[in-house]
Amino acid sequence: MLNDYLPIIILLVLATVLGFLVLIIGALFGPRRPTQRKAAPYESGMIPYGPGTRRISVRYYLVAVLFILFDIETVFFLPWAVVFRQLGWFALIEMLVFIGILLIGFVYVWKKGALEWE
Amino acid sequence: MIPLSWILAFSLALFFIGLFGAIARKNAISILMGIELMLNAVNINLLAFWRYLYSAHMNGLVFIAVVFAVAAAETAVGLALIISAYRNRRTITAGDFDSLKG
Amino acid sequence: MPTVNDFLLILPEVVLLIWALLILLIDLWIPDTKKYYTAVLSAAGLVISAGCAFALLGRTGSAFSNMVVLDGFSSVLSILFLLSGLAAVALAYDYLKRNAAQRGEYYTLLLFSIAGMMLMASANDLIMVFLSLELLSIPLYILAGFFRPRLASEEAALKYFLLGAFSSAILLFGIAWIYGSTGHTDFPGIVASIDGGRANYLLLLIGAGLLLVGFGFKIGVFPFHMWVPDTYQGSPSSIGAFMTVATKAAGFAALLRVFLVLFPAEAPIMAGILWGLSAASMIFGNTVAIAQMNMKRLLAYSSIANAGYILMAFVPYGNPVIAQEAVSSALFYLLAYALTSFGAWAVMIALEPAESDGLLLQDFSGLGRKYPWLGAALLISMLSFIGVPLTMGFWGKFYLFKTAVDGSQIPLVLIGLLTSLVSAYYYLRIVMFAYFKPGEPQIQPGRWASVVAVICAAGIFVLSFIPTPVFQFAAQMIMGMK
Repeated sequence: MLNDYLPIIILLVLATVLGFLVLIIGALFGPRRPTQRKAAPYESGMIPYGPGTRRISVRYYLVAVLFILFDIETVFFLPWAVVFRQLGWFALIEMLVFIGILLIGFVYVWKKGALEWE
Repeated sequence: MIPLSWILAFSLALFFIGLFGAIARKNAISILMGIELMLNAVNINLLAFWRYLYSAHMNGLVFIAVVFAVAAAETAVGLALIISAYRNRRTITAGDFDSLKG
Repeated sequence: MPTVNDFLLILPEVVLLIWALLILLIDLWIPDTKKYYTAVLSAAGLVISAGCAFALLGRTGSAFSNMVVLDGFSSVLSILFLLSGLAAVALAYDYLKRNAAQRGEYYTLLLFSIAGMMLMASANDLIMVFLSLELLSIPLYILAGFFRPRLASEEAALKYFLLGAFSSAILLFGIAWIYGSTGHTDFPGIVASIDGGRANYLLLLIGAGLLLVGFGFKIGVFPFHMWVPDTYQGSPSSIGAFMTVATKAAGFAALLRVFLVLFPAEAPIMAGILWGLSAASMIFGNTVAIAQMNMKRLLAYSSIANAGYILMAFVPYGNPVIAQEAVSSALFYLLAYALTSFGAWAVMIALEPAESDGLLLQDFSGLGRKYPWLGAALLISMLSFIGVPLTMGFWGKFYLFKTAVDGSQIPLVLIGLLTSLVSAYYYLRIVMFAYFKPGEPQIQPGRWASVVAVICAAGIFVLSFIPTPVFQFAAQMIMGMK
């Protein structure tokens, strides 16, 4: 049972040792000439600006929550799609009802202005 | 294959980590995260039972989908309540909500 | 595949849900000054749904491959929930206007919550138990915080939400273990698996215990009661009234059915736990209520004690004969409690000024002289809470105690009687304020709350003359259960 895991453990140990080894060798023998550019945080080549931990507007949470709510409903689409052919018309109507209910929620959200960004 | 008891032990541990988080943490968001961990432990439990013992029927899998969707709805409402409370008081520490006493 | 018959059996729920969705849409185009249309519409929906429930009364059957079952138990409770909903709409009608919180969502959410309760009473599958529990809870979390941005209301909602979500996670874990033990989530399948000896007893026991904790939070019995006083105090009063009655009844509905059907074999162990919960709730609720000066908190602690009373009859549920009696007396008590509790809350709402967290007991001073009708309603409700003869509360307690005696739970009955005596102190203190202290209470504009109070008081008084037919009806209704 545990034998199956032996290669994984060996791999883990080897990878860890190798990783540290490379770092240590580099730190010991590599040349070190820091410039201001080099010491700056790496941002894919851009010149960094602003603080590192910028706060996101709390208004974004509303969009995020609405996204989660409508997004998670796809959980029910997958099993539906799998058995769709066996259930036929009934499945189609059932799903239309489900989407209709979601649509009512969507109309409500829209009319209430939750999707406006001022 | 990994024995069923290992997975059950894992889900049990996850459940109790969540339980501890929900009870011991002060921040309302952390409490919510603890509750989410508990729900995930339940899902792992259901999935393990389904896969190892009862994979002939689909009811276990369907249950997991239901738990997912309901947990999302619950979290959405909870986050809205927490943010609404935060706007009002500038704090989400559970211990600071003490205006109701008797 | 579902047939028309399946939909027919849950017609009240379907009607209510469609109606709630329509109201959600219609309300978007109703201007803020005319929100009473929404209230009237929602009341109409509740009445139509109740009509369907009445038409189905006496029918039995299971639908959607045993997901839900229709029997007398679920029918009677459905009607109770719908009537509670009507009361909650009536109580909110003037109260929301006064508090400048007339938003149509109140009614939509209320209807969703009631649909969840009705499904919970007829759930025949653990998936359905969980789903309906969430359907009833999630709208209530929002309704508890309906007076946002008022601090008390937000706090009530947050506490209710955190403990509610916590308890449903525990309940869900229990369901997972039961599924692991039996391989089924539908009640007939679980029973068959247990009877066939294929179920793991230990896992089943763990599951039953976790379910009990989950339901314990919902019905607010002693160690799981922490959210009850704060939530009832901070929520809008009409929602507080609705929660004391309907949420509790829904929790009991699921608890009774699940334990009767699934766990008769665990009764010896469960009886001990139920005994402890019941005794602790009666003692704790009644003693802490003495110290309360705020009416809402007092009613909250009283509701904890009342949950203990109902649980008392259910302790000897392992005995099938007693179990039938226990369920009928629990149903009877829930009816009596609904009338009594709505009566007391309605009197308070009629007097409660805007922007308050409930009245202090002193605020009732002079009520009996200035408003004789409201005073009488308050008096009858309080007497019914204590269990004085000529009220429904008396007969409710009578049947509960009788069931407990039949189940030879003498110590528990003694605790119940003693704590009832203790409760007389704080209930009568309110009456004393209302009748013997001078004061000038001011009734608030709008008469719907007063109407509810008087109707409930009349119900308490009149029905107390015909307790036996009512009890027989309850007993007859639950015959087909299981």
